[in-house]
Amino acid sequence: MNPLWTLVPPLAVIPFILLFGERRKNLREGSIIIAGLFLLLINNSIYSDVIAGIPVESGEVALLANFSLKLSAEPMGVVFGLLASFLWVVTTVYSIGYMRGHHEINQTRFYVCFAIALAAVMGAAYADNLLTLFVAYEVITISTYPLVTHAGGDGARKAGRVYLGILMGTSIGFLLPAIVWVAAAAGTLDFVPGGVLADAGIGKGAMAVLLALFLFGIAKAGIMPFHRWLPAAMVAPTPVSALLHAVAVVKTGVFSVLKIVTYTFGIDTVTVAGAAQWLLPVAAFTVLAASIVAFTKDNLKARLAYSTISQLSYILLAALLATVMSVSGGVLHIVMHAFGKITLFFCAGAIMVALHKSEISKMNGIGRRMPLTMGAFFIGAISIIGLPPTGGSWSKLLIAGGSLDSGTILWVSVLMLSTLLNIAYLLPIPLRAFLKPDPDLKPGETASWQEAPYACLWAIALTTTGCVLLFLFPRPLTELIGLIQWR
Amino acid sequence: MIDQFPALQIMVTLVAAPICVMIRNPRWSWVCAMVANTFAFLVSLVLLDKVLDDGVIRYAVGGWAAPSGIEYYIDAMNAAVLVLVSGISAVVLLYAYRSVAKSVPAEKHYLFYTAWMMCVTGLLGIVITGDAFNVFVFLEISSLSMYTLISFGQDRRALTASFRYLVLGSVGASFILIGIGFLYAATGTLNMSDLAVRIPESESQRAVLVAFSFLTMGVLIKSAVFPLHAWLPNAYTHAPVAVTAFLAGTATKVSLYVLLRFFFSVFGKDYSFGQHLLNGVLLPAAVAGFVLMSLVAIFQNDLRRMLAYSSVAQVGYIVAGFSLATQSGLTAGIVHVVNHGMVKACLFMAVGCILYRVGHVHTPSLDNLLKRMPFTCVAFIISGLGLIGVPLTVGFVSKFTLIQASLEKGWWAIAALVLLSSLMAIVYVGRVIEIMVFRRSRETGPESSGMSEAPLSMLIPLYVLVGVSLYFGINGSATLEVAGQAATYLLGGLQ
Repeated sequence: MNPLWTLVPPLAVIPFILLFGERRKNLREGSIIIAGLFLLLINNSIYSDVIAGIPVESGEVALLANFSLKLSAEPMGVVFGLLASFLWVVTTVYSIGYMRGHHEINQTRFYVCFAIALAAVMGAAYADNLLTLFVAYEVITISTYPLVTHAGGDGARKAGRVYLGILMGTSIGFLLPAIVWVAAAAGTLDFVPGGVLADAGIGKGAMAVLLALFLFGIAKAGIMPFHRWLPAAMVAPTPVSALLHAVAVVKTGVFSVLKIVTYTFGIDTVTVAGAAQWLLPVAAFTVLAASIVAFTKDNLKARLAYSTISQLSYILLAALLATVMSVSGGVLHIVMHAFGKITLFFCAGAIMVALHKSEISKMNGIGRRMPLTMGAFFIGAISIIGLPPTGGSWSKLLIAGGSLDSGTILWVSVLMLSTLLNIAYLLPIPLRAFLKPDPDLKPGETASWQEAPYACLWAIALTTTGCVLLFLFPRPLTELIGLIQWR
Repeated sequence: MIDQFPALQIMVTLVAAPICVMIRNPRWSWVCAMVANTFAFLVSLVLLDKVLDDGVIRYAVGGWAAPSGIEYYIDAMNAAVLVLVSGISAVVLLYAYRSVAKSVPAEKHYLFYTAWMMCVTGLLGIVITGDAFNVFVFLEISSLSMYTLISFGQDRRALTASFRYLVLGSVGASFILIGIGFLYAATGTLNMSDLAVRIPESESQRAVLVAFSFLTMGVLIKSAVFPLHAWLPNAYTHAPVAVTAFLAGTATKVSLYVLLRFFFSVFGKDYSFGQHLLNGVLLPAAVAGFVLMSLVAIFQNDLRRMLAYSSVAQVGYIVAGFSLATQSGLTAGIVHVVNHGMVKACLFMAVGCILYRVGHVHTPSLDNLLKRMPFTCVAFIISGLGLIGVPLTVGFVSKFTLIQASLEKGWWAIAALVLLSSLMAIVYVGRVIEIMVFRRSRETGPESSGMSEAPLSMLIPLYVLVGVSLYFGINGSATLEVAGQAATYLLGGLQ
């Protein structure tokens, strides 16, 4: 199947969203879910084509003299495409409950931008070359900007400025020159197994600079010191934070890094040239520093945001280590973290809708009022920490194993230390909710159920089940990752 | 018939001008201008097609063969500029009808369209001719009519703006004339191809050098290259906005064409950039231009003035591309001439729509404009992104090519500064968009509620041009190919 089809459902649904508008909410959201299911089907058929070894390519448009826009599917992209399209459906279900329960304004604009962003995510997932990836990357930035500033008001506009400033600034300031550099040195921007830079005559030092330009240019991956946009973007409605800032936007970032390391540099080139030596400590620092900052945050969404920054740098670490095992682990972690983190965000939003609470310190005893939500939160947290029986354990295992190949235990210890920190900042939340007494209750009174709307609960149930199923049946995913051509 | 097309290119609009005067009726003189301009556009398309297929066209005006007669000379370079000038003029003229009807007294309309036709004729003439003195003649035709057009502006500041431009423009034109005079004295010919052959052989190299300096200064003034841009912001701000859209898309671009023609075709790359180190003058001016003027644009509160400073900055990119003096650098410069011409015309047309409904374009008071004028705002945003150089817009195509060209030559600093000024563009465009889209309006009077979009006759031309620019943003290789051919011709000299 032509990967161009993946752009069709998210774009085709836009006229319907506009047509139905605020007046016919059910039709509006129904059409999005139908589009999402179509998209999932299309991605699934691409998946079977790739498994069967059938080449999946689109035509091309010559954007520049020698470089064109083109889509094609390879295993890494299929993983990302499947993930994003599945979570789009789930998030739409969730936002039906959330946006209405929370009485958000401008919901039509919200859904339109959301759809555009998702089309761009598909473009990034199936990008055949760096140029296409860059185009999709920028479209995502621009189309999500209105989502960040959704609430209006001065705070949201400031956050929007930080968001746009950092993401556009780094991508134009670092990523674009890096791409032009590759074009000049290698004469091609295509993604080729084994990379295109091995014989491009770039010296060791220059290679490190180029890699750094890519790493810092892709600020969506949240590497410090260009991570500020992520907490800033948390002013957005929770479904936005959930899909875009735990899944689509940040994952486009790390996905781009993985793809560039594998198909533009080639993992051998990265290790041979030692280009990553200088950057590994930056990623490791981000892992630890973000975990520690997460510790200090009382606002639940902010804590989750810093947790995301830390988790993203696991993947960056995996990419920079550039062994087959670590990069595979990185790809797997995109999926595992997405399921875990979206569950946590959904729960945070559910608490906000049902109880209007956003500070962790005020969440004592809410587990008795929202047992389902907090139970799901617990499972999601376990997955982020990386413990069985949740999917997060597989990817963490692979990344840790891959990092041992580097010959030092330094990076493994960073990962383990961060795991301990994860436990320390995530688990107290469900514990507090279930074990501490509820201050709002008078002695002797029992808490009544106050769960979020059903739509929210369904979405939470789906992703939580996903976390567990990914532990039990990781096969299809690992098989797909096994098809990546490394050299 | 097709052999006579080069003459037709000039004649149609030239003849339309006196007819407009004779008609006097506002509507019919507009129709006359519109028909002539559309015809000129079609002619230019035919010429471009022919040039791309068959190579250079030479046309002896009045049957007098060059070098004694005047010759029209068309290669890929000027064919593309002809299409740009006549195309943008046609679209903006279509748009101008309503806009002018509101801002210019009805009894002066026929004069307005007459001046417009003269201006287009002049610009097309400059581009098409292969005769150095003829360039000056057409330059004067276009400049004088341009001063007239600017003075049609709504308030009296238009008159001072026009006068200021007249003074500086005349200085520039005189410099060009002096330069051409010296060339004639040194070589005894005015035909460009002939000049190219005779300049190296001339015995009075000093006269050639003087000619070169005068021409350089003259052309730089006319194309508003920093720091000789002083006339531009006022002229752009106070002229009728349709005129501004037209000028921004064409006038400075034509002067840049003259720059290319003289430096590369007449004097030759080696003379201009080798012996006389033109890039010692051009490159610093260009770089300072795009960095400083982008910075200045950030602080402008009048939308037109902001766009005017951004225009000076964009001219900087173009000249930077030229001064690389390589195949890819020239390609980048030329493609940006076309791309920026389209984008800036779109932006000023959108500004015109806002002006038409809101009555002012004071940026901080445009809050929540998206609600009132959604179509205009979307067009403005799309073109604004083009100004920044976001992918899928034409701006990206030219910026990518420019950065690539400067890296190819090893000029890292230039690439970095181009990126820096792009970041500034994010700030000055982003600021406007933020106000238009996200700031709630403070007043909730009857004015601010409900939609009041500009008339269709203004929106359609605007969207036509936005559509074209998006098309070339996605299929950028189309313009790049023409620009590449043009660059090859320029570097190869006149055949």
